[in-house]
Amino acid sequence: MKFLPLIFANLFRKKLRTTLTIGSFAVALFLFGLLVVVRGAFNQGVDIAGADRLIVINKVSLIMPLPFSYRDRFLRIPGVKNVTYDTWFGGIYQEVSNFFPQFAIDPENQPLVFPELAVPADQWKTFVADRTGAIAGAGTAKRFGWKVGDRIPIKSTIFGNDTWEFNLDGIYKGTHEGDDETQFWFHDKFLDERRTFSKGTVGWYTVKLDSPDSAIAVAKAVDSMTANSPDETKTETEKAFALGFAKQMGNIELLILAIGSVVFFTLLLVTGNTMAISVRERIGELATLKAVGFADRFVLLMILGESLLIAIFGAVIGLGLCKLFTLRGDPTGGFLPYFHLSGATVLFGFVVAILVGLLAGILPASSAMRLRVVDALRRV
Amino acid sequence: MVKVDGSGGANSLIQARDLDKTFTRGGEVIDVLQGLNLDVAPGEFVAFMGPSGSGKSTLLNLLGGLDVPTRGSITVAGDEITHMSGGRLTDWRARHVGFIFQMYNLIPVLTAFQNVELPLLLTKLSKAERRSHVEATLAIVGLADRMRHYPRQLSGGQEQRVAIARAIVADPTFLLCDEPTGDLDRKSADEILDLLTRLSVEYNKTILMVTHDPAAAEHAKAVLHLNKGVLVEGMAPGAH
Repeated sequence: MKFLPLIFANLFRKKLRTTLTIGSFAVALFLFGLLVVVRGAFNQGVDIAGADRLIVINKVSLIMPLPFSYRDRFLRIPGVKNVTYDTWFGGIYQEVSNFFPQFAIDPENQPLVFPELAVPADQWKTFVADRTGAIAGAGTAKRFGWKVGDRIPIKSTIFGNDTWEFNLDGIYKGTHEGDDETQFWFHDKFLDERRTFSKGTVGWYTVKLDSPDSAIAVAKAVDSMTANSPDETKTETEKAFALGFAKQMGNIELLILAIGSVVFFTLLLVTGNTMAISVRERIGELATLKAVGFADRFVLLMILGESLLIAIFGAVIGLGLCKLFTLRGDPTGGFLPYFHLSGATVLFGFVVAILVGLLAGILPASSAMRLRVVDALRRV
Repeated sequence: MVKVDGSGGANSLIQARDLDKTFTRGGEVIDVLQGLNLDVAPGEFVAFMGPSGSGKSTLLNLLGGLDVPTRGSITVAGDEITHMSGGRLTDWRARHVGFIFQMYNLIPVLTAFQNVELPLLLTKLSKAERRSHVEATLAIVGLADRMRHYPRQLSGGQEQRVAIARAIVADPTFLLCDEPTGDLDRKSADEILDLLTRLSVEYNKTILMVTHDPAAAEHAKAVLHLNKGVLVEGMAPGAH
């Protein structure tokens, strides 16, 4: 501790240079945090996917419907515990930018297949009995200031151009971190009554399994059952489905890895250069310290300490700003509902910053350590 | 007592025997010191004079453990330093040697107080003890009222006094001064030399000083002349 004033004094001898280097770290760590947040947002479905659920979609495309009659057939397959279904509504609430996902659901089985999305019992009871009722996720309700009892008008874009009005009967909350709280549910029967085409169909099925171990067998059985029919199916685990969905956006992982690598490598060069200049311009002082009795190892640790402090200050600022940014919630208006910087990411960011700080400081520090006092004093 | 013929006794604080120092530059071998002997008793104030390149600073570097001789031995207060490892030599320097340089070599980002405190950071003294040592030492050099000043806020003479305070604060066995007045005007130089004389007379400090300045050498109790790597005893200041 008694050496800290010496390290701090050296660190801030060139305030502008140190500030700019810390700023570079801060920008890099902010970007790193943001990239991880975006990656997390894209992979949200993957992370929270139930291991005991299968998604059954039309083999041609997700947008092609499946017959409602499949449900009973799927239920007869060994290993299937329950089956529910959803249909994408794709409506607009007030403005296009107010995006949130709306699904026509099967009220009877939805809570059994997705128990993690919890609705208070009395609200669910009201919803089941209300043909034009709806349930909104807590995130969406908060976003638009909705409360139970509100009338929600949503303009249809797929099933005609008129506005559908729903009674907000309840608000669901996720029971796990990362659960999607942006959805809007209403009765499948209401959709089926009002639409003029594709009656008797659903968007996709979600099959709840007795055990995750039966996933492969059940998926094969479902697809075999529908083979050579007009509506063949493609069945995969919920995780694989979510992963495939995320990959439609491109290889986010690779993109993030590439950007992150370039940013940190540049940071390594910038900081390494700063530390090298810092050492070079005070060779006489380092020699004096050694002459006074400071060991070579102390000089090494002092320079590394300076480099590490730059990294830590930068990380605190960068990750702190990123955290503040994410606290404001999804900046895309609903496309990235899970926009959250986790503690693990912050910790990982710190570890990366410290590693970069150490790597950037190691060469200048070791050259300072090897400095011969006599040679250095001759240069002063 | 200062001897250069190797006849010094066991009561010598500093004892150099058959000291050779050779440098190789561009394939050419340069003998800087040749078979040099030196004995310095405790409390002596010795001035080394000689032309540029005569080996004065090299001798100081060897005696201060900053460099190692090509041949010969150096013993200080019973410690043979010639064969010490780098780490041990660093520890030894911290305990036994106070350096005073021509260009002061203060750390510009530290205050006078912090500069003087530096050697004490290597000891086990508490913060309060360090503070009292530093304050007392700065009072000795007449800078008690300049403790919070940075080197850039001090005159050259004041900077050198801070450097002297840094050199003596840990109470080293001896002081090595390399042209301590070389960068100062006459008045400031005299003040520094008076201070060194006081340290020698009042505090019985052993001081070895390299200088070109005959007026500076006059403050020493003994003056040695170094020429072509050989020490000559008793030459009067200004004789070269």
